[in-house]
Amino acid sequence: MPTPTLLIASRKGLFTANRSSAGAWGITSHHFHGEPVTQVLADPRDGAWYAALRLGHYGVKMRKSTDRGATWTEIPAPAFPKKPEHGAWADDATPWTVELVWSLAAVSAAQPGALWAGCMPAGMFRSNDGGASWNLCESFWRDERRKAWMGGGNDYPGLHSISVDPRDDRRATIAISCGGVWRTKDFGASWQLIGNGLDAQYMPTELAADPNVQDVHSLSVCAAQPEVMWVQHHAGVYRSTDGGENFTRLTAPMQGDFGFVIVADPVNPLRAWVAPALSDMYRYAVDGAMCVARTDDGGNTWQLFRNGLPQSHAYHLVYRHGLALAPTSGDARMLAMASTTGGAWVSEDAGEHWVALDAALPPVAAVGWAAGG
Amino acid sequence: MPTVTVTFAPQLQRHVACPAQRLVAATLGEALHAAFRAAPLIQSYVLDEQGNVRKHVAVFVNKDLVVNRNDLSMPLAADDAITVIQALSGG
Repeated sequence: MPTPTLLIASRKGLFTANRSSAGAWGITSHHFHGEPVTQVLADPRDGAWYAALRLGHYGVKMRKSTDRGATWTEIPAPAFPKKPEHGAWADDATPWTVELVWSLAAVSAAQPGALWAGCMPAGMFRSNDGGASWNLCESFWRDERRKAWMGGGNDYPGLHSISVDPRDDRRATIAISCGGVWRTKDFGASWQLIGNGLDAQYMPTELAADPNVQDVHSLSVCAAQPEVMWVQHHAGVYRSTDGGENFTRLTAPMQGDFGFVIVADPVNPLRAWVAPALSDMYRYAVDGAMCVARTDDGGNTWQLFRNGLPQSHAYHLVYRHGLALAPTSGDARMLAMASTTGGAWVSEDAGEHWVALDAALPPVAAVGWAAGG
Repeated sequence: MPTVTVTFAPQLQRHVACPAQRLVAATLGEALHAAFRAAPLIQSYVLDEQGNVRKHVAVFVNKDLVVNRNDLSMPLAADDAITVIQALSGG
């Protein structure tokens, strides 16, 4: 199996990185020079690449490539309908304008061309034609419970995690900062609020246990056992074994349990990775020394891995989409990680050793993988 | 109805080519939408999905900045020059 290609969505464009014959990882191409890319998806079904841009002046744009980035075409971006001038949503404080595309997901092999896109503000959009058009999930957007969401550190709530159930492509689980965990069983026609057990300690006491206000930073699902879900929350790391209905808080990976990203092993329901950060007051690597934490026992204990990561005055922060597993037909061992300060690293042994890309990148919003070409 | 010109800044044309146009329009909104017909993709760069001028796009009628982004009904006069540029630089 050829080595996969690393895709890096940064504030100054989309980069690809590949491993050389000598084993070093380096930048191999640069697309959308100077333009912020917020998310990237390599569709495993047909090999198409999708890039979501957030042009500071001109709004959200989408690009698609069917030749592994050699050429790109502009495709429509998800867009809200006209905001009603009358009725329950006329005074909606959230603008009906997509600020950025924060998550992209391919639905299933049985539905070629079907894609999900999660945005900020937290609208859920579906395409049935490979991105040629998008439809808003109206039932979700007009759910009254949305009025209780807030943006946290961002201006508006954002939909950052989408996981399609590999057993039933009508089902998907999503997560929102700060709007909790939701599930659809009917391809987006209706939605259930789940995620009991999450604890928003920073909220007023009466709201701390309310599933609807939780600041889930990242949600990741074990593909082989989709009832197992992991959450990196604003205040803690959690795991569910009942499809996200209920979550249990895990042992903290280190002296704190703050961070933005969590990645589930696709086969082993007891394994997951996080990139710890020093509390919400600081938001950088603890003691200025980077590490990746991995659990192999469902979150009871964690190992901290630092080999190859900077350990002195390294104030990196790995954001919600800054850690990703490469696709594999075997044990998941290849990971990429990148920071909001432009560091990027690859591990080929499940996070135990890391090598840095020889590049000082712009701030990275997301990393993803494309099958080797 | 007056004849006016609509010009899109080079930074905008980097994304979508749309040369300056001379066209007939009674209001600013009519002028912009008429200009968009030459390059339909450019509309989403200038207006958001609610039809308002994006917050980091500036529209000038002659030397006057259009302050109310939500109202494109201002009347135009003969030979008015409408210029659309980006409004803010960033890091």
